[in-house]
Amino acid sequence: MAVVFEKPKTLADVPLHYCPGCPHGIIHRLVAEVMQELDIEGKTIGVAPVGCAVMAYDYFTCDMIEAAHGRAPAVATGIKRCRPENIVFTYQGDGDLASIGMAETVHSAARNENITVIFVNNAIYGMTGGQMAPTSLPGQVTQTSPYGRDVNHCGWPIRVSEMLATLEGPEFISRVAVNNVKNVNAAKKAIKKAFQNQIDGKGFSLVEVVSACPTNWGMTPQQALEWVESDMLPYYPIGVYKDRSAAKEEK
Amino acid sequence: MAQRVLMKGNEAIAEAAIRAGCRHYFGYPITPQTEIAAYMAKKMPKIGGVFLQAESEIASINMVYGAAATGMRVMTSSSSPGISLKAEGLSYIAGSDIPALVVNVQRGGPGLGGIQPSQSDYFQATKGGGHGDYRMIVLAPASVQEMASLTIKGFNLADKYNMTSMILADGTIGQMMEPISFEDAEIEVYEKPWALTGTECKRKHNVVNSLYLKPEELEVKNFERFERYKLVEENEAMWEEYMMEDAEICVVAFGIASRVAKNAIVAARNEGIKVGLIRPITVWPFPKKALAAAADKVKGFVCVELSMGQMIEDVKLATSCKKPVSLCNRCGGMICSPDQVLYSIRNAQKGEF
Amino acid sequence: MKTTQILFAGFGGQGILFAGKFLAYKGLKEDKQVSWLPSYGPEMRGGTANCSVILSETPVGSPIITEPDVLVAMNLPSLEKYIDTVVPGGQIYLDSSLIQYEVKRTDVQVFAIPATAMAKENNMASLANMILVGALLENHPELSFDGTDTVVSDLVPPKKAALVELNMKALSMGKEYTK
Repeated sequence: MAVVFEKPKTLADVPLHYCPGCPHGIIHRLVAEVMQELDIEGKTIGVAPVGCAVMAYDYFTCDMIEAAHGRAPAVATGIKRCRPENIVFTYQGDGDLASIGMAETVHSAARNENITVIFVNNAIYGMTGGQMAPTSLPGQVTQTSPYGRDVNHCGWPIRVSEMLATLEGPEFISRVAVNNVKNVNAAKKAIKKAFQNQIDGKGFSLVEVVSACPTNWGMTPQQALEWVESDMLPYYPIGVYKDRSAAKEEK
Repeated sequence: MAQRVLMKGNEAIAEAAIRAGCRHYFGYPITPQTEIAAYMAKKMPKIGGVFLQAESEIASINMVYGAAATGMRVMTSSSSPGISLKAEGLSYIAGSDIPALVVNVQRGGPGLGGIQPSQSDYFQATKGGGHGDYRMIVLAPASVQEMASLTIKGFNLADKYNMTSMILADGTIGQMMEPISFEDAEIEVYEKPWALTGTECKRKHNVVNSLYLKPEELEVKNFERFERYKLVEENEAMWEEYMMEDAEICVVAFGIASRVAKNAIVAARNEGIKVGLIRPITVWPFPKKALAAAADKVKGFVCVELSMGQMIEDVKLATSCKKPVSLCNRCGGMICSPDQVLYSIRNAQKGEF
Repeated sequence: MKTTQILFAGFGGQGILFAGKFLAYKGLKEDKQVSWLPSYGPEMRGGTANCSVILSETPVGSPIITEPDVLVAMNLPSLEKYIDTVVPGGQIYLDSSLIQYEVKRTDVQVFAIPATAMAKENNMASLANMILVGALLENHPELSFDGTDTVVSDLVPPKKAALVELNMKALSMGKEYTK
């Protein structure tokens, strides 16, 4: 019988701990497929965050290291500076990358560190049980914004891709989503480019993946995907925010 | 007596802090203490207080530094890895001699460790954590009621001595529910002439600072600070003695470990073993006098800890190693069973330490 | 009764923590010393959940239960995990709609109650937990059934007031089943 669908071998054959309906599984798979297609498994070193993806080190078959909360880009920098011939990526959530790890994010981008960053934005702290994230939407109810996010009190959600795109440093900044098949396919392209850029020595490439958290949003998986479309994407539009090489070619 | 209600330990801390007059809480999510932040997020806006989720533990402790400098009662809470991040602020707050309350609901370490209960931050809490010569008053609750009463006590002591009080709890006491009654909180009020309130051009400016470039000055500052610490050691050590009157074996344990130890002590007494417990309620200042007095009458000590053995060093110091001390421990998020403690007590009775 | 240690165990979402909380509040109302300790962490979402409740005439020492007097099991993995820890002479309440298992131990009392099926038949699918608690209450006269309504009212948030009556019905069903 012909095999028409299989798990990339870069994704370990273990049950993932994610909640039902969580898109982390899709995003893991995209990263794993890209690793396999680019044939870089054997020289890739991944950096896991603190957050829901904390146990990603068990799921990717490449070498992995677990970083302190928010410090993944610094850890990746250390690895890459020692082993520039290896492919180094981080996989981080919004609390990790855009709150506690904002300094590391901005500065690794400013240095055009030749690493790949997969940034999963689901507008909530999932692992700790649903607190307000730096990307939680105005009015969004969370455990630490029980009356809805009041922007006058705790500020506005941060558009990471737009912000990083203002820097001279980074090579490639793109926002994608995984709420439907079309978007998943586009997300994979962006992730592949972000890895290819590193192989080509072009520098810092970040893909922001707008994701969902049915458990902590208090929705069914289907409702959560609909909320991505109706509420998340208007605030976080899909698009390429910076692509230095493409811009150069145009000139 | 006030009505008894059931409450989680973490919630008891939050409610007690509000009753103690704390209106400013700064924190960052981490398991197993998130209920404190959740409680504050709900309550503070309703009573004109401030709950602010910071971008990191480092930011939150520095918010506490700034807020405390204004003379307000302020607090933050976290769990082990988060407290490591707060170490910077703890050192600056100590170096500036201002009061604050910091809660550590401990989990297993080192590194990211786990999320289950632990007592392995004892060294960090009592011996430093941050850099430089400093101390914190470290209170170790063993019940939900104490989570509340020691929080109030912690605020009072912090204001009295212009230093940080730390609540050194663990995941079990943070997560468990027990009956608790809130008596009217006894709020002690201390003058804070050093507070940053704006001079209104009526007084010399106040400076909250820990920088002293002249070594002579920094030394004097440290000497003065330790004079104050000496007063704390003389006056503020708290402990509980349980079945110690005729004890030949003394178990030493704090927090959740002391509760397991009590079960074991009851079982050992049923076997005719004369054993009691000294439970430090403040682990700094350590109840040295109680331990020294016990050393004169017992055969030896059994130190029960959820760590690789940290408090045991203070037990040996406090007793000048006069009597043998054995360690009964689990770590990494595991908890001793009463049987394990009983086994250690039996061995001690046989003279095996 | 001096001290009773009760362990509730099942899947997340079965109301394990709520059932324990109810019993702890019930004990509190009757001026007992009580403690309630949940398992916590990521496993609580969708995975296994358990909670330990201790009711006592004397102050509660360790809140951690290693040898329960009573086990309330709402799934097979929980029953298998804890069955051997129950003290001889202890009780096991299990939801027989969800657990097909023959208890071999003869030194414990077993109450197999098809709680989930009973709940479904009565349009209260989420209240199998309280049916089991009702059965437990019936066998523990020291916890008397009186006053359960005020405990339920205290525990159910005002927005869901309709649930008070259903909870009471579930408790009664469990009680009747065991009689």
